[in-house]
Amino acid sequence: MLGLENIWLVPILPLIGAIVNGLFGKFMSKSSVTLWAVGSTGLSFFIAVIAFLNLLSLDARDRVFEKILFTWIQAGSFTAQAGIQIDPLSAIFLLIVTGVGFLIHVYSIGYMSHEEGYARYFAYLNLFMFSMLLLILGNNFLLMFIGWEGVGLCSYLLIGYYYEKDSASNAGKKAFVMNRIGDFGFLLAIMWIFWTFGSIDYTTVFPSASQVLPAGGFAVTGITLLLFLGATGKSAQIPLYTWLPDAMEGPTPVSALIHAATMVTAGVYMVTRCNALFNLAPTSMIVVALIGAATALFAATMGLYQNDIKRVLAYSTVSQLGYMFLACGVGAYVAAVFHVMTHAFFKACLFLGSGSVIHGMSGEQDMRQMGGLKSKMPITHMTMLISALAISGIPIFAGFFSKDEILLSAFLGHTKGNLVYWILATVAAAVTAFYMFRLYYMTFSGELRAEDQHVRDHVHESPNVMTVPLIILAFGAAFAGFLGLPIIEGGHALNNFLGPVFHTPGAPEHPHASLGLELFLMGFSVSVAVLGILVARHFYYVRPEAATEMAAKGGFIKTVYTTLQNKYYIDEIYDVVIVKPVVSFSRSFLWKIFDVKIVDGFVNSIASFVTDLSSLLRKSQTGMVRNYALAMALGGVFFVGLWILALGN
Amino acid sequence: MASIPVPDISLGAIAPEITLALTAVVALMLEVFAEKKGRDHIAYISLVGVIVACFITFRLAGDPSWTTFSGLYVVDRFGQFFKLICLLGTGMTILVSVKYNKDEGIDNGEYYALLLFATSGMLFMVSGSDMITIFMGLEVMSISLYALAGYTRKRARSNEASVKYFILGSLSTAFLLYGIALIYGSTGSTQIDIIAKAVSSGSGVEAVLDLGIVMLMIGFAFKVSAVPFHMWTPDVYQGAPTPVTAFMSAGPKAAAFAAFFRVFNVAFPSLQADWWVIIWILAVATMTVGNVIALLQNDVKRMLAYSSIAHAGYILVGFVAGGALGSSAIMYYMLVYTFMNIGAFAIVTVVGRKGEEKTKFSDFTGLGYRYPLMAVALVIFLFSLAGIPPTAGFVGKFYIFMAALKHGYVYLAVIGVVNSVISIFYYLRLSVMMYMQDEPGEDLPPLVFAPSLIAVMIVAIYGSLWLGIMPAGYISFAQSAFLAL
Amino acid sequence: MGAVAVGIAGAMLMLSEFLGPKHFFREKMEPFECGENQIVSPKQRYSVRFYLIAMFFIIFDIEAVFLFPWAVIFQQLGMFGFIEMMIFILLLGVGLIYVWKKGALEWE
Repeated sequence: MLGLENIWLVPILPLIGAIVNGLFGKFMSKSSVTLWAVGSTGLSFFIAVIAFLNLLSLDARDRVFEKILFTWIQAGSFTAQAGIQIDPLSAIFLLIVTGVGFLIHVYSIGYMSHEEGYARYFAYLNLFMFSMLLLILGNNFLLMFIGWEGVGLCSYLLIGYYYEKDSASNAGKKAFVMNRIGDFGFLLAIMWIFWTFGSIDYTTVFPSASQVLPAGGFAVTGITLLLFLGATGKSAQIPLYTWLPDAMEGPTPVSALIHAATMVTAGVYMVTRCNALFNLAPTSMIVVALIGAATALFAATMGLYQNDIKRVLAYSTVSQLGYMFLACGVGAYVAAVFHVMTHAFFKACLFLGSGSVIHGMSGEQDMRQMGGLKSKMPITHMTMLISALAISGIPIFAGFFSKDEILLSAFLGHTKGNLVYWILATVAAAVTAFYMFRLYYMTFSGELRAEDQHVRDHVHESPNVMTVPLIILAFGAAFAGFLGLPIIEGGHALNNFLGPVFHTPGAPEHPHASLGLELFLMGFSVSVAVLGILVARHFYYVRPEAATEMAAKGGFIKTVYTTLQNKYYIDEIYDVVIVKPVVSFSRSFLWKIFDVKIVDGFVNSIASFVTDLSSLLRKSQTGMVRNYALAMALGGVFFVGLWILALGN
Repeated sequence: MASIPVPDISLGAIAPEITLALTAVVALMLEVFAEKKGRDHIAYISLVGVIVACFITFRLAGDPSWTTFSGLYVVDRFGQFFKLICLLGTGMTILVSVKYNKDEGIDNGEYYALLLFATSGMLFMVSGSDMITIFMGLEVMSISLYALAGYTRKRARSNEASVKYFILGSLSTAFLLYGIALIYGSTGSTQIDIIAKAVSSGSGVEAVLDLGIVMLMIGFAFKVSAVPFHMWTPDVYQGAPTPVTAFMSAGPKAAAFAAFFRVFNVAFPSLQADWWVIIWILAVATMTVGNVIALLQNDVKRMLAYSSIAHAGYILVGFVAGGALGSSAIMYYMLVYTFMNIGAFAIVTVVGRKGEEKTKFSDFTGLGYRYPLMAVALVIFLFSLAGIPPTAGFVGKFYIFMAALKHGYVYLAVIGVVNSVISIFYYLRLSVMMYMQDEPGEDLPPLVFAPSLIAVMIVAIYGSLWLGIMPAGYISFAQSAFLAL
Repeated sequence: MGAVAVGIAGAMLMLSEFLGPKHFFREKMEPFECGENQIVSPKQRYSVRFYLIAMFFIIFDIEAVFLFPWAVIFQQLGMFGFIEMMIFILLLGVGLIYVWKKGALEWE
């Protein structure tokens, strides 16, 4: 059990890398910075794999390994042991974080090679790895909270990495503040948990949850809702999601690692980790599922309008996270974790692909300037196509299996209103396929639309150090789904592996559907996705060409092609009736009003209330000693009066 | 003729105080007799005195506790813990002052002598088991502080601070003394354990006693700058020389809290059901007012002044919680607070430059690039003050709120958490400022980091980080210190 | 009960403020000194030296206050009392030396 015994090395190694690069990075050569940063992450990935194999070799019931490192806080009856706990759930996350993290470190070598502050970047990135691993491996809520704060901090540092950009540092600030609102909920939940259980260790809290807390009671509902508030902040769910699209100001590998594959899934980890609590609170489950489904659809429709390639992906991430919470909400925790895993592959690949595109386009992020990159960047094109197919849910690609499982669970789930969630999620699937292929066609097909000659001349495929991680991730995006083949009985490897973690009292029965129903639902979701892709193809691939052809042939041929023109009218009608409203709804309501006015407005109005109060109270500070003395005297009178009238018996 | 009985006197018990006072006398003598060069060493001689006092305090056997001077003075681990905090604050302040005094042309001898006298006053206050001892200690401390606040005589703002502090301080002393007198009138004693007996047996005159308790509370509330007795704090903190501000925000506050806590928990435990309401109100008002006003400040010193008011509020939360958990939470918090707050002020002395003209928020822009290590240090202190893990400030706050929850003060804990979220904004604002590109303005000479200042920063960083990562040892120290009370 | 008491007290204060006759004239507003009209302005400045001397007087006067009772019962106090008082005088002596060396005792 060499891996399990040394599991504490997994977070420590990146920490060492962070310290070395943070303190001495300035004085070291680029290659030794790289060695420390990438080497430490690679080594920790290696240990994680060994630990995972160790865990697999154990009997399914014994797959919980806890190692207490030291007593962190010992205060009266309250004890917090700093320790590492690994079970199937954390093992899966561990592999995702170290694996994807390692690949993104490698990719960053190429991507960041021309940037200043190379060592600083890697120090932050390693620090992020440390915090994230702490979050996953911690054996109690407080350690999870520390990791939770740590990843938030690193995310903040990395978003603001280009600190000379004003928008970047504002975005960093926004992310930080929004996350604090969520953290406030999380911290209250931890205190409440301590208050009721007298402990914050997982091993104490979860097994006794069903005895201590009455199912559906006020306490468990409150705790879980507060926990979920924390999750909405970190995982960018309604109403705390607006920071994530803004967070795209950071370097692209950061977006891939933090804002797609790992940190934002911390909320999902937290909810699945606390499944014992959530199972006892049906009301909270409804809230989780509803917020998840609503976010999935809202964010997807918001992705329709964006022209910045990274913002499309950002909204897509928010939407996919919504799917994961939907899965949690209907009790399909395995499906949620499964989707975390497949999403890590395809979304990291999409982000890195977009990074490769941006790199090739000399920093251009606007898709209207792109086009025709298929031949110039073949590897990037191929990997992004695979990932786009995966996220759209086309069979054999990873996203298909996980999304299908979520849709199936929503359809069959016990949580109230499950059909509504299913409808929302299915519509979202169609929209997802549409905007993803809009992105694909705008970027890779047609002609290069960039006006800047310099940019046009410099379009090139990225170096190997960037494309190899892309290929590996695309491989995962293509095949990782087979871990969760839904049809073969007993063959759902992931379910068997993760199952014991979620066998807690009150856990919903795993829904069983007839094969026919399963196949029907699967067929339905696939056809919805294909429809989305075809519509996108029509509008961004087929039609633009038709339009240019017609323009080329001039006035005479126009009359010849009347029928075709008629077809064009149909397109127009279709466009006016369906696409335009949806797009304008997305732009005018969802983005301009809901996002900017309501969500930001709410946050802003709290802030302005506090500042108004502040300036009011500030007036009391006159600078006059006599006024101060008067305040003291009045205070004295107040307290004497209070004591005599109300307290003294 | 019968000889008059000699009271039981154990000079060993007050050896730390004696050490400090003697060092102060030596500092004064050096000031008048030594050459210019010798006077530069006064700081280090004072530091040695503080370290020796620390050592003696540490070695005194305080468990079980014992009293001396006929019950005027008690030696226990509670007191020892707070004494170490006060001495830590003084030691760090001395190191911060070295460079500052040289720049500002401050006479060393009196300055350090006053610091040391103030500290010995604090130590008496912390260990006083009689109202008179506590009052004496408080006055020695306060009068030294009045003088220190106005130490930069040429600066109008410093004079203003000193006079304001003196007038309002005298008012609060009047409250305190009146309270002591009323309590004496009711119970017939100034010794806190005898008062406790009188109070619990109900032999005292109740109305007089009640008034006395509230008066006493007001006197202490002023010293810990609790709202609405906090008004002096921003003006005095801003006007006083920065090292003095750093000093005032740590040691004297710790000493006042220690005496406050000791008096109320030893003398009036039977009335706890009544007085916790007042402390509750004080705590909520203090946290909220401190944090909310701090949001709009543009001067770093003033912002830190409001922040220190807010922190007094958090500590009052621990006071309300009471019991072993609450009191050890207070102790731990006070320790952490000393590290992080003096650390932050130390950086303000450097950035403020000569004459303290550069203490605005805008003066901190761009420091993140020019002085990365210093900026990181300040960020650590600010994050610790804000209570962001894994800093010590987080553990401290968590511990205090946990204690409040444990004893059933749920609303208080929730208000505390809301407040600590509000506080993030202004601490964050300063951190962000440092990482913004500064306007091309006047060319300033580079900041100078004296070795003594670097030493302070290392100590402060150790305290702000290590106490967050490995707090167990210190917490159990605080725990054991309480159990001996 | 309490509210009534506070109310009545407050009302009386307020009423006298509103109803009471107010006449201001020059003599009434002048500072008043034992029935005499003032000769010079009270806002004159004193030399700071006076304050110094006054403070030294207080400090060293207290020394004497302690010394008299000590001298009266010197025999009963014995050696202990002697040592205590020597420490006290020594400390005051240090103070005196400090003041002297600082030049605070010189008038010019």
